[in-house]
Amino acid sequence: MSAKERFQARTAPEAWSAESGPVSDVRRQALLWYWQRVSAMVLALCVVVHLAGIIYAVRGGLTAAEILGRTRGNWAFGAFYAVFVVACAIHAPIGVANVIGETTVGRGSSALVIASVLGVAMLLMGLSAVYGLVAS
Amino acid sequence: MTESLKVRVWRGTDRGTFAAYEVPRSESQTVLDVVTHIQRRIDPTLAYRFACRVGMCGSCAMSVNGIARWTCRTHVSHVAKNGAVEIAPLPNLPVIKDLVTDMREFFDKWSRAKGQFRGTKTRGDDFARIAPASAERIAADAGIECIGCAVCYASCDVVAWRPAFLGPAALNRAWTLVNDSRDVRQRDRLRAVAGDAGCHSCHTQGSCGERCPKHIEPTAGIAGLKRLAARAAIRGEL
Repeated sequence: MSAKERFQARTAPEAWSAESGPVSDVRRQALLWYWQRVSAMVLALCVVVHLAGIIYAVRGGLTAAEILGRTRGNWAFGAFYAVFVVACAIHAPIGVANVIGETTVGRGSSALVIASVLGVAMLLMGLSAVYGLVAS
Repeated sequence: MTESLKVRVWRGTDRGTFAAYEVPRSESQTVLDVVTHIQRRIDPTLAYRFACRVGMCGSCAMSVNGIARWTCRTHVSHVAKNGAVEIAPLPNLPVIKDLVTDMREFFDKWSRAKGQFRGTKTRGDDFARIAPASAERIAADAGIECIGCAVCYASCDVVAWRPAFLGPAALNRAWTLVNDSRDVRQRDRLRAVAGDAGCHSCHTQGSCGERCPKHIEPTAGIAGLKRLAARAAIRGEL
Protein backbone atom coordinates (compact mmCIF):
# COMPACT_ATOMS: atom_id res chain seq x y z
CA MET A 1 0.00 0.00 0.00
CA SER A 2 1.47 3.35 -1.02
CA ALA A 3 1.76 6.33 1.31
CA LYS A 4 -1.10 7.96 -0.55
CA GLU A 5 -3.35 4.89 -0.13
CA ARG A 6 -2.49 4.67 3.57
CA PHE A 7 -3.34 8.34 3.98
CA GLN A 8 -6.64 7.94 2.17
CA ALA A 9 -7.54 4.85 4.22
CA ARG A 10 -6.88 6.65 7.47
CA THR A 11 -8.71 9.79 6.49
CA ALA A 12 -11.77 8.18 4.88
CA PRO A 13 -15.04 9.27 6.50
CA GLU A 14 -15.67 5.80 7.94
CA ALA A 15 -12.24 5.77 9.57
CA TRP A 16 -12.88 9.16 11.04
CA SER A 17 -16.30 8.10 12.38
CA ALA A 18 -14.80 5.03 13.99
CA GLU A 19 -12.06 7.02 15.68
CA SER A 20 -14.14 9.92 16.90
CA GLY A 21 -16.49 7.42 18.49
CA PRO A 22 -19.92 7.90 19.97
CA VAL A 23 -21.02 10.97 21.87
CA SER A 24 -20.30 9.28 25.22
CA ASP A 25 -16.60 9.09 24.27
CA VAL A 26 -16.58 12.77 23.37
CA ARG A 27 -18.12 13.58 26.76
CA ARG A 28 -15.60 11.35 28.51
CA GLN A 29 -12.73 13.13 26.77
CA ALA A 30 -14.12 16.50 27.81
CA LEU A 31 -14.56 15.40 31.43
CA LEU A 32 -11.10 13.85 31.60
CA TRP A 33 -9.65 17.09 30.29
CA TYR A 34 -11.61 19.00 32.95
CA TRP A 35 -10.38 16.82 35.78
CA GLN A 36 -6.81 16.98 34.57
CA ARG A 37 -7.05 20.77 34.38
CA VAL A 38 -8.59 21.10 37.86
CA SER A 39 -6.04 18.71 39.38
CA ALA A 40 -3.26 20.69 37.67
CA MET A 41 -4.46 23.84 39.41
CA VAL A 42 -4.34 22.05 42.78
CA LEU A 43 -0.93 20.58 41.97
CA ALA A 44 0.49 23.98 41.03
CA LEU A 45 -0.35 25.28 44.51
CA CYS A 46 0.75 22.08 46.25
CA VAL A 47 4.13 21.98 44.49
CA VAL A 48 4.88 25.59 45.45
CA VAL A 49 3.98 24.95 49.10
CA HIS A 50 5.88 21.66 49.04
CA LEU A 51 9.07 23.21 47.64
CA ALA A 52 8.87 26.20 49.96
CA GLY A 53 8.39 23.82 52.89
CA ILE A 54 11.43 21.77 51.90
CA ILE A 55 13.64 24.83 51.48
CA TYR A 56 12.48 26.21 54.82
CA ALA A 57 12.76 22.91 56.69
CA VAL A 58 16.22 21.79 55.58
CA ARG A 59 18.08 24.92 56.63
CA GLY A 60 21.05 23.66 58.63
CA GLY A 61 20.31 20.03 57.80
CA LEU A 62 17.48 17.70 58.69
CA THR A 63 17.37 14.10 59.92
CA ALA A 64 14.63 11.51 59.48
CA ALA A 65 13.96 11.65 63.22
CA GLU A 66 13.49 15.41 63.05
CA ILE A 67 11.08 15.06 60.12
CA LEU A 68 8.97 12.51 61.97
CA GLY A 69 9.11 14.67 65.08
CA ARG A 70 7.42 17.46 63.18
CA THR A 71 4.95 15.40 61.14
CA ARG A 72 3.60 12.94 63.74
CA GLY A 73 0.24 14.08 64.92
CA ASN A 74 0.31 17.07 62.55
CA TRP A 75 -3.07 16.62 60.88
CA ALA A 76 -2.82 19.85 58.89
CA PHE A 77 0.36 18.47 57.32
CA GLY A 78 -1.45 15.20 56.69
CA ALA A 79 -4.47 16.88 55.11
CA PHE A 80 -2.28 18.97 52.81
CA TYR A 81 -0.30 15.97 51.55
CA ALA A 82 -3.44 13.87 51.25
CA VAL A 83 -4.81 16.50 48.88
CA PHE A 84 -1.47 16.49 47.06
CA VAL A 85 -1.64 12.71 46.64
CA VAL A 86 -5.24 12.75 45.42
CA ALA A 87 -4.42 15.46 42.86
CA CYS A 88 -1.45 13.41 41.61
CA ALA A 89 -3.57 10.26 41.43
CA ILE A 90 -6.07 12.09 39.22
CA HIS A 91 -3.68 14.13 37.10
CA ALA A 92 -0.95 11.66 36.18
CA PRO A 93 -3.12 8.70 35.07
CA ILE A 94 -5.14 10.89 32.71
CA GLY A 95 -1.91 12.04 31.10
CA VAL A 96 -0.63 8.47 30.97
CA ALA A 97 -3.90 7.36 29.34
CA ASN A 98 -3.40 10.02 26.68
CA VAL A 99 0.19 8.92 26.06
CA ILE A 100 -0.86 5.26 25.85
CA GLY A 101 -3.75 6.22 23.60
CA GLU A 102 -1.56 8.12 21.19
CA THR A 103 1.33 5.68 21.09
CA THR A 104 0.01 2.15 21.52
CA VAL A 105 -3.46 0.74 22.12
CA GLY A 106 -5.61 3.74 21.21
CA ARG A 107 -7.82 5.77 23.49
CA GLY A 108 -10.24 2.97 24.20
CA SER A 109 -10.97 1.16 27.43
CA SER A 110 -7.54 -0.53 27.56
CA ALA A 111 -5.77 2.78 28.06
CA LEU A 112 -8.26 3.77 30.76
CA VAL A 113 -7.88 0.43 32.57
CA ILE A 114 -4.09 0.77 32.63
CA ALA A 115 -4.38 4.38 33.77
CA SER A 116 -6.93 3.48 36.45
CA VAL A 117 -4.64 0.81 37.88
CA LEU A 118 -1.84 3.36 37.97
CA GLY A 119 -4.10 5.90 39.65
CA VAL A 120 -5.25 3.48 42.35
CA ALA A 121 -1.64 2.41 42.98
CA MET A 122 -0.52 6.03 43.30
CA LEU A 123 -3.40 6.78 45.63
CA LEU A 124 -2.74 3.80 47.91
CA MET A 125 1.03 4.29 48.06
CA GLY A 126 0.74 8.03 48.53
CA LEU A 127 -1.88 7.90 51.25
CA SER A 128 -0.04 5.13 53.08
CA ALA A 129 3.09 7.29 53.03
CA VAL A 130 1.14 10.23 54.46
CA TYR A 131 -0.39 7.95 57.09
CA GLY A 132 3.06 6.70 57.98
CA LEU A 133 4.37 10.24 58.50
CA VAL A 134 1.41 11.51 60.48
CA ALA A 135 -0.19 8.66 62.37
CA SER A 136 2.35 5.88 62.85
CA MET B 1 23.90 38.53 -4.13
CA THR B 2 24.89 35.50 -6.21
CA GLU B 3 24.17 35.49 -9.95
CA SER B 4 21.91 32.48 -9.81
CA LEU B 5 19.94 30.46 -7.31
CA LYS B 6 20.22 26.70 -6.96
CA VAL B 7 16.69 25.36 -6.61
CA ARG B 8 15.57 21.86 -5.71
CA VAL B 9 11.92 21.27 -6.58
CA TRP B 10 9.80 18.23 -5.76
CA ARG B 11 8.67 16.41 -8.91
CA GLY B 12 6.15 13.57 -8.81
CA THR B 13 3.29 12.65 -6.52
CA ASP B 14 3.63 11.11 -3.05
CA ARG B 15 6.47 9.24 -4.65
CA GLY B 16 8.91 11.38 -6.52
CA THR B 17 12.24 13.10 -6.27
CA PHE B 18 13.78 16.53 -6.11
CA ALA B 19 14.90 18.00 -9.43
CA ALA B 20 17.66 20.62 -9.52
CA TYR B 21 17.35 23.91 -11.43
CA GLU B 22 19.33 27.10 -11.70
CA VAL B 23 17.31 30.29 -11.66
CA PRO B 24 18.71 33.81 -12.16
CA ARG B 25 18.41 36.07 -9.12
CA SER B 26 16.57 39.36 -9.33
CA GLU B 27 15.66 42.22 -7.02
CA SER B 28 12.83 41.50 -4.53
CA GLN B 29 12.46 38.02 -5.99
CA THR B 30 9.87 35.82 -4.27
CA VAL B 31 9.83 32.04 -4.13
CA LEU B 32 6.70 32.15 -6.30
CA ASP B 33 8.72 34.11 -8.87
CA VAL B 34 11.29 31.31 -8.82
CA VAL B 35 8.70 28.59 -9.38
CA THR B 36 7.07 30.63 -12.14
CA HIS B 37 10.46 31.13 -13.83
CA ILE B 38 11.10 27.38 -13.79
CA GLN B 39 7.71 26.59 -15.33
CA ARG B 40 7.81 29.31 -17.97
CA ARG B 41 11.48 29.25 -18.94
CA ILE B 42 12.89 25.85 -18.02
CA ASP B 43 10.28 23.09 -17.65
CA PRO B 44 6.64 23.78 -18.62
CA THR B 45 5.53 20.45 -17.13
CA LEU B 46 6.03 21.73 -13.58
CA ALA B 47 2.67 21.91 -11.78
CA TYR B 48 2.00 24.45 -9.04
CA ARG B 49 -0.92 26.50 -7.78
CA PHE B 50 -1.31 30.23 -7.35
CA ALA B 51 -3.85 32.96 -8.00
CA CYS B 52 -3.53 36.45 -6.53
CA ARG B 53 0.30 36.72 -6.04
CA VAL B 54 -0.24 39.27 -3.25
CA GLY B 55 -1.06 37.27 -0.13
CA MET B 56 -4.82 37.37 -0.33
CA CYS B 57 -5.93 34.01 -1.72
CA GLY B 58 -3.70 31.58 0.15
CA SER B 59 -3.37 29.19 -2.78
CA CYS B 60 0.41 29.34 -3.32
CA ALA B 61 1.43 27.81 0.03
CA MET B 62 4.34 25.38 -0.29
CA SER B 63 7.09 23.99 1.84
CA VAL B 64 10.20 26.16 1.49
CA ASN B 65 13.33 24.71 3.07
CA GLY B 66 11.04 22.48 5.11
CA ILE B 67 8.77 25.25 6.38
CA ALA B 68 5.25 25.86 5.09
CA ARG B 69 4.90 29.38 3.71
CA TRP B 70 3.03 31.55 1.25
CA THR B 71 5.52 31.57 -1.59
CA CYS B 72 4.21 34.87 -2.97
CA ARG B 73 5.10 36.64 0.28
CA THR B 74 8.42 34.91 0.84
CA HIS B 75 11.47 36.72 -0.45
CA VAL B 76 14.25 34.50 -1.69
CA SER B 77 16.76 36.68 0.17
CA HIS B 78 15.10 35.71 3.46
CA VAL B 79 15.11 31.94 2.93
CA ALA B 80 18.03 31.07 0.62
CA LYS B 81 20.88 29.26 2.35
CA ASN B 82 24.23 29.42 0.57
CA GLY B 83 22.46 30.44 -2.62
CA ALA B 84 20.09 27.48 -2.56
CA VAL B 85 16.46 26.82 -1.75
CA GLU B 86 14.35 23.65 -1.59
CA ILE B 87 10.67 23.80 -2.58
CA ALA B 88 8.21 20.99 -1.89
CA PRO B 89 4.44 20.54 -1.69
CA LEU B 90 2.72 21.19 1.64
CA PRO B 91 3.17 18.30 4.10
CA ASN B 92 0.18 16.41 5.58
CA LEU B 93 -1.72 16.54 2.28
CA PRO B 94 -1.73 14.05 -0.63
CA VAL B 95 0.25 15.31 -3.60
CA ILE B 96 -1.57 15.50 -6.91
CA LYS B 97 1.47 16.48 -8.94
CA ASP B 98 4.73 18.27 -8.17
CA LEU B 99 3.84 21.22 -5.90
CA VAL B 100 0.06 20.82 -6.09
CA THR B 101 -1.62 19.14 -3.12
CA ASP B 102 -5.10 17.67 -2.82
CA MET B 103 -6.91 20.07 -0.46
CA ARG B 104 -10.17 18.12 -0.27
CA GLU B 105 -9.45 16.50 3.08
CA PHE B 106 -8.39 19.84 4.53
CA PHE B 107 -11.70 21.48 3.60
CA ASP B 108 -13.79 18.38 4.38
CA LYS B 109 -12.55 18.74 7.92
CA TRP B 110 -13.94 22.29 8.05
CA SER B 111 -17.27 20.73 7.16
CA ARG B 112 -16.91 18.00 9.80
CA ALA B 113 -16.15 20.68 12.37
CA LYS B 114 -19.51 22.25 11.48
CA GLY B 115 -17.70 25.17 9.94
CA GLN B 116 -20.82 26.37 8.11
CA PHE B 117 -22.79 29.26 9.56
CA ARG B 118 -26.45 28.56 10.17
CA GLY B 119 -28.72 31.30 11.47
CA THR B 120 -32.46 31.73 11.78
CA LYS B 121 -33.02 35.23 10.43
CA THR B 122 -34.34 35.86 6.96
CA ARG B 123 -33.78 38.79 4.64
CA GLY B 124 -36.99 40.24 6.05
CA ASP B 125 -35.52 40.46 9.55
CA ASP B 126 -33.55 43.33 10.97
CA PHE B 127 -29.76 43.07 11.32
CA ALA B 128 -28.45 41.23 14.36
CA ARG B 129 -26.92 43.63 16.87
CA ILE B 130 -23.45 42.43 17.92
CA ALA B 131 -21.60 44.73 20.30
CA PRO B 132 -18.11 45.28 18.85
CA ALA B 133 -16.63 45.31 22.35
CA SER B 134 -18.32 42.08 23.50
CA ALA B 135 -16.03 39.23 24.54
CA GLU B 136 -17.51 36.92 21.89
CA ARG B 137 -16.99 39.41 19.08
CA ILE B 138 -13.39 40.03 20.14
CA ALA B 139 -12.74 36.27 20.33
CA ALA B 140 -14.25 35.74 16.87
CA ASP B 141 -12.27 38.66 15.45
CA ALA B 142 -9.02 37.05 16.58
CA GLY B 143 -9.57 34.09 14.28
CA ILE B 144 -11.79 35.33 11.51
CA GLU B 145 -9.09 36.49 9.09
CA CYS B 146 -8.17 32.90 8.14
CA ILE B 147 -8.12 32.44 4.36
CA GLY B 148 -7.69 28.67 4.34
CA CYS B 149 -4.14 28.42 3.00
CA ALA B 150 -3.43 25.24 5.04
CA VAL B 151 -0.04 26.48 6.25
CA CYS B 152 -1.11 25.70 9.83
CA TYR B 153 -2.43 22.29 8.82
CA ALA B 154 0.83 21.45 7.05
CA SER B 155 2.82 22.60 10.09
CA CYS B 156 0.84 20.60 12.65
CA ASP B 157 2.64 17.55 14.05
CA VAL B 158 -0.61 16.17 15.47
CA VAL B 159 -2.11 16.08 11.95
CA ALA B 160 1.03 14.27 10.80
CA TRP B 161 0.74 11.42 13.29
CA ARG B 162 -3.05 11.47 13.68
CA PRO B 163 -4.60 12.08 10.24
CA ALA B 164 -8.17 12.12 11.57
CA PHE B 165 -7.38 15.21 13.67
CA LEU B 166 -9.47 18.08 12.35
CA GLY B 167 -6.49 20.41 12.44
CA PRO B 168 -5.90 24.02 13.48
CA ALA B 169 -7.79 25.73 10.66
CA ALA B 170 -11.03 23.78 11.04
CA LEU B 171 -10.96 24.18 14.82
CA ASN B 172 -10.21 27.88 14.48
CA ARG B 173 -13.19 28.20 12.16
CA ALA B 174 -15.37 26.35 14.68
CA TRP B 175 -14.15 28.71 17.41
CA THR B 176 -15.19 31.79 15.42
CA LEU B 177 -18.68 30.29 14.98
CA VAL B 178 -18.92 29.23 18.61
CA ASN B 179 -18.56 32.91 19.37
CA ASP B 180 -21.20 33.91 16.83
CA SER B 181 -24.41 34.48 18.80
CA ARG B 182 -26.48 34.26 15.60
CA ASP B 183 -25.49 30.64 14.91
CA VAL B 184 -27.91 27.93 16.05
CA ARG B 185 -25.82 24.75 15.83
CA GLN B 186 -23.63 25.29 18.87
CA ARG B 187 -24.27 21.93 20.55
CA ASP B 188 -23.69 19.90 17.39
CA ARG B 189 -20.54 21.88 16.70
CA LEU B 190 -19.15 21.34 20.16
CA ARG B 191 -19.75 17.60 19.81
CA ALA B 192 -18.04 17.62 16.44
CA VAL B 193 -14.91 19.41 17.63
CA ALA B 194 -14.46 17.63 20.99
CA GLY B 195 -12.83 14.26 21.49
CA ASP B 196 -10.08 12.37 19.74
CA ALA B 197 -10.46 13.92 16.31
CA GLY B 198 -10.94 17.39 17.72
CA CYS B 199 -9.61 19.84 20.24
CA HIS B 200 -8.62 17.24 22.84
CA SER B 201 -5.91 15.88 20.55
CA CYS B 202 -4.13 19.23 20.30
CA HIS B 203 -0.80 19.27 22.14
CA THR B 204 -0.57 23.07 22.08
CA GLN B 205 2.81 22.89 20.40
CA GLY B 206 1.98 26.14 18.67
CA SER B 207 3.48 25.49 15.22
CA CYS B 208 0.18 26.62 13.70
CA GLY B 209 0.33 30.07 15.29
CA GLU B 210 4.07 30.35 14.70
CA ARG B 211 3.70 29.72 10.96
CA CYS B 212 0.34 31.39 10.29
CA PRO B 213 0.94 34.24 7.79
CA LYS B 214 -2.10 36.03 9.22
CA HIS B 215 -0.74 35.77 12.78
CA ILE B 216 -3.79 33.88 13.98
CA GLU B 217 -3.34 31.72 17.09
CA PRO B 218 -5.46 28.60 16.53
CA THR B 219 -4.25 27.17 19.84
CA ALA B 220 -6.05 29.97 21.67
CA GLY B 221 -9.33 29.01 20.00
CA ILE B 222 -8.66 25.32 20.62
CA ALA B 223 -8.10 26.06 24.31
CA GLY B 224 -11.42 27.91 24.29
CA LEU B 225 -13.14 24.91 22.69
CA LYS B 226 -11.72 22.65 25.41
CA ARG B 227 -13.12 24.94 28.10
CA LEU B 228 -16.55 25.08 26.47
CA ALA B 229 -16.60 21.31 25.89
CA ALA B 230 -15.75 20.71 29.56
CA ARG B 231 -18.46 23.09 30.68
CA ALA B 232 -21.01 21.42 28.41
CA ALA B 233 -19.95 17.94 29.55
CA ILE B 234 -20.37 18.86 33.22
CA ARG B 235 -23.83 20.19 32.51
CA GLY B 236 -24.70 17.07 30.55
CA GLU B 237 -25.13 19.06 27.36
CA LEU B 238 -22.38 17.43 25.30
